[in-house]
Amino acid sequence: MLEIVIFSTLNGILYGLLLFMLSSGLTLIFSMMGVLNFAHASFYMLGAYFAYTMGMEIGFWPALLLAPILVGGLGAMVEKFGLRRVHDNGHVAELLFTFGLAYVIDELVQLIWGTVAVSYREPDYMREPLFTLFGTDYSIFRGVVILIAVFMFIALWFLLKKTRVGMMIRAALTHGNMVGHLGHNVPRLFMGVFGFGCALAGLAGVIGGPLLATEPGMAVTLGPIVFVVVVVGGMGSLIGAFYASLLIGLIQTFFVAIDASIADILNAFGMNVDPYGEVTGITLASLAPMTPFILLVLILIFRPRGLMGELEP
Amino acid sequence: MNDITAVAPRQNRFSWRALSPWLISAAVLLILPFVLDSGTAFTLMNVIAVNIVFALSYNMLLGQGGMLSFGHAVFFGLGSYAAMHAMNAIDEASYAGEGFWAHIPVVSMPLVGMIAGGLVALVIGWPFCRRAGTAFAMITLGLGEMVAAAGQMFPSVFGGEAGIYGNRMVGPQWFGLELAQAADVYWFMAFWTFLAVFAMWAFTRTPLGRMSNAVRDNADRLQFIGYPPRNIRFMIFIASGSFGGLAGGMAAVNYEIITPESLGLIPSGLALLMAAVGGLGVFYGPIVGAIVVSLMNSMLSDYTEASILYVGLVFLAIVMFAPRGLGGGIEHVRVAAREGTLGKRLPGWLTGAVAVVLISLGLVLLIELLFQWRHGDDEFAQFFGLNFVAESVMSWVWALILFGAGVAVMRVTKKFREDNA
Repeated sequence: MLEIVIFSTLNGILYGLLLFMLSSGLTLIFSMMGVLNFAHASFYMLGAYFAYTMGMEIGFWPALLLAPILVGGLGAMVEKFGLRRVHDNGHVAELLFTFGLAYVIDELVQLIWGTVAVSYREPDYMREPLFTLFGTDYSIFRGVVILIAVFMFIALWFLLKKTRVGMMIRAALTHGNMVGHLGHNVPRLFMGVFGFGCALAGLAGVIGGPLLATEPGMAVTLGPIVFVVVVVGGMGSLIGAFYASLLIGLIQTFFVAIDASIADILNAFGMNVDPYGEVTGITLASLAPMTPFILLVLILIFRPRGLMGELEP
Repeated sequence: MNDITAVAPRQNRFSWRALSPWLISAAVLLILPFVLDSGTAFTLMNVIAVNIVFALSYNMLLGQGGMLSFGHAVFFGLGSYAAMHAMNAIDEASYAGEGFWAHIPVVSMPLVGMIAGGLVALVIGWPFCRRAGTAFAMITLGLGEMVAAAGQMFPSVFGGEAGIYGNRMVGPQWFGLELAQAADVYWFMAFWTFLAVFAMWAFTRTPLGRMSNAVRDNADRLQFIGYPPRNIRFMIFIASGSFGGLAGGMAAVNYEIITPESLGLIPSGLALLMAAVGGLGVFYGPIVGAIVVSLMNSMLSDYTEASILYVGLVFLAIVMFAPRGLGGGIEHVRVAAREGTLGKRLPGWLTGAVAVVLISLGLVLLIELLFQWRHGDDEFAQFFGLNFVAESVMSWVWALILFGAGVAVMRVTKKFREDNA
């Protein structure tokens, strides 16, 4: 039991950190430009595939650095030549644009790398156990991922709070026009933030690819969950996105780990229900993929501004 | 979507002009089966019919009500499931020779779907309709994913991965329609499509239909004059869900199988795609979109492996360069023809068309070369009698030349087009 709790917590935090890498970029883009980037998870997928292709040539660590930069550059191009163009037609047009972009990127990935999963894996030496608890190994790679994630948060915090660019970004979040009047190039700032957010998604892809699976469906599976994180955390709130990421990461991991059905739980409380019924026989593990969406609908009904958000979406 | 659909003054008089679109489309529906008399054509037309109703019902939400939904397939899918269960009930009842369902013809299945879709919207819709915009988009996305996941969990209702299937050749026959061949099903489809399209058009003329445009354009002002936007949105949601369910009922009869996948994000996205390609601001836009996208989906896949990519690119191009969609373009030409400025504007449009054709040719060549390079397939090697192979650099250069020429034409003629607009 303790083993399950410890490992589920560790894995939940790991998954939550991965979610935050994605949702932090999405939140930044949303609060700055007011557009929910539907293609965000597609950039995450691109990160994984770029790292896979580059990793074969130049090794894992250089790819870890180069792939996010490449994805970020691509994101900046998308903003400059695509999103900026549809900006005048309103938010729905922007959302439609990113929706179509997700469609196109998914198909391009299938066209170039095929429809089946590619064998993108961490280097062999990172598959060794970092520590062994109750006979279960925890690989070095997972530890490294947590380190990278934590390092990224510190860098993000430093960038936003301690640098001049970060100050401009924070100012542009709330007073975009004023920043423009003061002579800063706001469109270029937008492009930079969009590219930066995409680069964060690419980084998540580089380390998420070996952890989960590098296949053309990875964007579609993770994309909606990232939206849930952003909405549950409160639109535009980085801290909220952080809590929501960890919350959803932990909930999903624990649901998968707990091998009990609804009937088992009800019976434990003294109720007497059929453990093999159609509804009561559902295991919590099979409910796991649904939990983020149940949370989303509940949040939007009862607390539309999310955990930490200031504005209703 | 800030452009408001042109509203004609209310006419109570009988006029041939107002009636003509309906008469023409009825005539087309009657003549089509005699012109395109092959099994594949009928199958394709039936798919298009389902998609037309689906896309139009989606546009009731997005185009007319301003509510961007990513979960419209929930109504389509649940309507389809309801119709399928009803079909199976008819099967059993007519086998036993008694019971309520023994007297219900399969032809009426779209009604079952419609009732199911409307009921689902009625039950779940109220909390959703508080806000339009991003909140509505997200909550419908969550709903769609949730219902799709639930579909896998209750096999007795949804049939698990494999879905459930039925038989449309059961129960009493109406009008001698046996519904055996796709050609039989065509008449069923034509009837329901015509009826549904007319009903949805009539809906836009009702006070509620007009209020739905108002809630799209300015919800605050609507609140001031005493109409709670939430109620209006809720009623549109129910109406749209009903027609989505009707399309689902048609699909149940057409495919005779339905899987939980049809509740998810992919079919919802298809509805959005069809409506946006056709144009959200024009009533018949989604019809055009449904026809074009269905044709692209089924015909392109015969020629290329990348057919979905092309559909996506067309969608992207329309969102970027023609936000009013194909229907908006048709309206443009129609208005120009009516004002007699068509002759003046046509040269400008033609230069634009030349640029678009060149750019698309370049892109198509590029994508096909990419495909050849990655998969070693030699399809599409012949292109205007020229041999294009991914190994030779010249093929890639040609693709870039075509693309570049298109962009150049676009740039050079920009001023000319603006002057003649």
